[in-house]
Amino acid sequence: MRQSFFARNPSVVIFLCCLAAFTLVVSLLSEGAGTGFISTSFIKTLGKTLCLCLIAVAMDLVWGYTGILSLGHFAFFGLGGYMIGMWLMYERTRDIVVSSMANAQIPPTEQEVVDAIGTQIFGVVGSSEFPLVWAFADSLVLQLAMVVLIPGLLALVFGWLAFRSRVTGVYLSILTQAMTLALSLYLFQNDSGLRGNNGLSGLQNLPGVEASQAVVSVWFLWASALALGLGYMLAAWVVSGKFGSVIRGIRDDEARVRFLGYSVEGYKLFIFVLSAVIAGIAGALYYPQAGIINPAEVAPIASIYLAVWVAIGGRGRLYGAVIGAAFVSLVSTWFTGGQVPSLDIGFYRIDWVEWWQVILGLSFVIVTLFAPKGIGGLFDLITDRVRPDRHGADYGPDKGSFQEAEGRE
Amino acid sequence: MRTLLEVSGVSVTFDGFRAINNLSFQIGPAEMRAIIGPNGAGKTTFMDIVTGKTRPDEGRVIWGDKSVSLIRMSEAQIARAGIGRKFQRPTVFEDQNVFDNLLLALKKNRNPFSVLTYRRSEEDARKVRALAEEIGLSDQLSRKSGELSHGQKQWLEIGMLLAQDPQLLLVDEPAAGMTVEEREHTTAILVEAAKTRAVVVVEHDMEFVRRLNCKVTVLHEGSVLAEGSLDHVTANKDVIDVYLGR
Repeated sequence: MRQSFFARNPSVVIFLCCLAAFTLVVSLLSEGAGTGFISTSFIKTLGKTLCLCLIAVAMDLVWGYTGILSLGHFAFFGLGGYMIGMWLMYERTRDIVVSSMANAQIPPTEQEVVDAIGTQIFGVVGSSEFPLVWAFADSLVLQLAMVVLIPGLLALVFGWLAFRSRVTGVYLSILTQAMTLALSLYLFQNDSGLRGNNGLSGLQNLPGVEASQAVVSVWFLWASALALGLGYMLAAWVVSGKFGSVIRGIRDDEARVRFLGYSVEGYKLFIFVLSAVIAGIAGALYYPQAGIINPAEVAPIASIYLAVWVAIGGRGRLYGAVIGAAFVSLVSTWFTGGQVPSLDIGFYRIDWVEWWQVILGLSFVIVTLFAPKGIGGLFDLITDRVRPDRHGADYGPDKGSFQEAEGRE
Repeated sequence: MRTLLEVSGVSVTFDGFRAINNLSFQIGPAEMRAIIGPNGAGKTTFMDIVTGKTRPDEGRVIWGDKSVSLIRMSEAQIARAGIGRKFQRPTVFEDQNVFDNLLLALKKNRNPFSVLTYRRSEEDARKVRALAEEIGLSDQLSRKSGELSHGQKQWLEIGMLLAQDPQLLLVDEPAAGMTVEEREHTTAILVEAAKTRAVVVVEHDMEFVRRLNCKVTVLHEGSVLAEGSLDHVTANKDVIDVYLGR
C-alpha cells in the first residue's frame, strides 16, 4: 500500500505547521493588525529572513543533496530582486511624474511621460535614455516572468558549460564565485543600465497601493511564508523519491552513477537551474522588503555567507538549511545592529559589531569539524530516542521489543 | 559464433607509456571469460576503454547485433546500451539502504524528468526482492549499505549490475579481500549470471579463476599473450616466462 507524500515525510508536515503558526502569531502581533507588539521594521526583518530561508533551501538542494558547492547563488537572488525592482521603480516613478504633470496646461503625451520617467530614474547616472534591459519594465507580468527566466537562463548557460566540461569540487566553487563577482562588477558600471552603484531604490512603495507600510509589511510576510512553504514542499518532493536517490548518489560517487547509465550532467543541470529559479523568487520577495538593491548585494561574500548558514544549520536536510539561515541571519542582525552592549575585559573592549564576524567564522569552523550535521543534527537525537533504528531486524521474541544490544551479542 | 563485443587493433598511450598496444579481443553472448595478467598489463585500462572512461588513440570497439561503435559514446550511454561495470573496490551508495541501491540500478528510463515522476510499483519492488534473494541480501534490504560487510557490499554491487540487466558484465577483481565462503558465493553468482549474458572477470587470483572454469585471456604489456583454457595457458611458455615463472 502506498502512503501519501506527507505520511512518508512527516518532517514536511511539522515544518509547514511551524511556519503557519509563526506567520499567524507574528501577523497578530504586528502593527498592521493594530496590536503593535512587533515593530514594522522587525516584521520586515522577519519577512526578509523567510526569503533567506528559501534561498537556503535552494542552496541545500544544490550543495547538501547534489554535492555541488555553489558559491554564486546570490547572483540569482540579486537578479530576481533587480527584475522586480525595475517594475517597482518604473511604476512608482510614473505615478510621481503623472501627478506632477497633471497641473500642466497641456496634458503630457505618452512620450513626454516616458522621457520624464527616464530623466527621474537615470539622472543619477547622467543619462535619461531607457537602456534596452528596461524594455519590459512597464509590464508587471513580463517582469515577474523574468524573475524566473533570467536567473534560470543564467544558471542554464553557466551550468551547461561547467558540468559538460566535468568541472567539479573546488574548481566549480571558484567558477561560481567568479560568476557572481563578474555580475556584481558589471552592475557597478553606470552604463550597465541598472543605475550602477546606486542600484534601485524606493522598492518598498508598491505602486497604486494606498495601504501603509505597516500593512504592506504583513502582506510581504505572508507572501514570503507562502513562497517558503511551497518551495520547501517542492524541494522535499524532489529529494524524496528516486530522483533524490540519484542526486544523493551523484554527491557520494559521481562515477558510479554515470556507470549505472544516468547522465550525471543532466541531473546536475536540472538541480542547478531549479535552485537558481527558487533563489530568483526569493530575491524578488526580499528586495521589496529591503527597499533597495545595489550591486554589493551580489558580491562574492554574500554567497559564502549562504554556504555558512547551510553548513551551520545542517546540510542534507531541508529543515536544517531553514534553521541555519533563520538562526544565523537573525543573530547576525542582532549583533551588527549595535544594540549589544560591548564587553569590557580590562585591557580590551570587545565591540560585537566587529567581533561578530570572528564568532561566525569560528562557529563555522567548529561546526564543520565537530558537528558536521549542524543544528539540524540535534533532531536526530530526538527521533533516534523515540524510534531506535533496528534496521528492520526483530531481535526479541515480540515485534518491537527493545533488545538490540542483546541481539548483537 | 556470434560476437557481442569486438575490440580490434586498439592502442592507447598515457604520456608516452603504451598502456594498450594493438589489442584485439572478442567475446560472445552468454560466455564467461577471465582476464589475467601481471600488474600494468592493461587489464583495467581495457575496461576503461570498453566503458567509455578512456578514449583509445586508434582501433575499433564494436558492440552488439547492430554493430555500433562505442568509441564516441559517453559512459552513461554505454551503460544504457547494456554494459555493466563493477569496480575493484566496492562502490555502493553507502548513505542509502540496500533496497534503494538496487532500485536505483533497476533497468528503467534514466531521463531526469521520468525519474522525477517515478512512482515505485509493486512489480519493481518484487524485482528488487528477487535480486536481493539472488545475491543473498534478502534480510538486509532496509539496512544502510554502508553498514554491510566488505563481501556483502561486493555482492550488492554485483546485484546492482544484474539489476541493470546488461548483456555484458565487466567485473574487476570481485574476490579481493573475501573469505573462502564469500568467494564460493561470489563464484556461484557469477556462474549463474554467465548463463544468460557475457561476463568478463579480471582477476589476479589463479585459484578463483580455476573455480570459474572458463576460457582465459592472458594480457601482457597491453596485448593478448595467450588465450584458452586455464591449463592450456599455464602450460604456454611465454605465459610462464612473463607471469608465472618470474
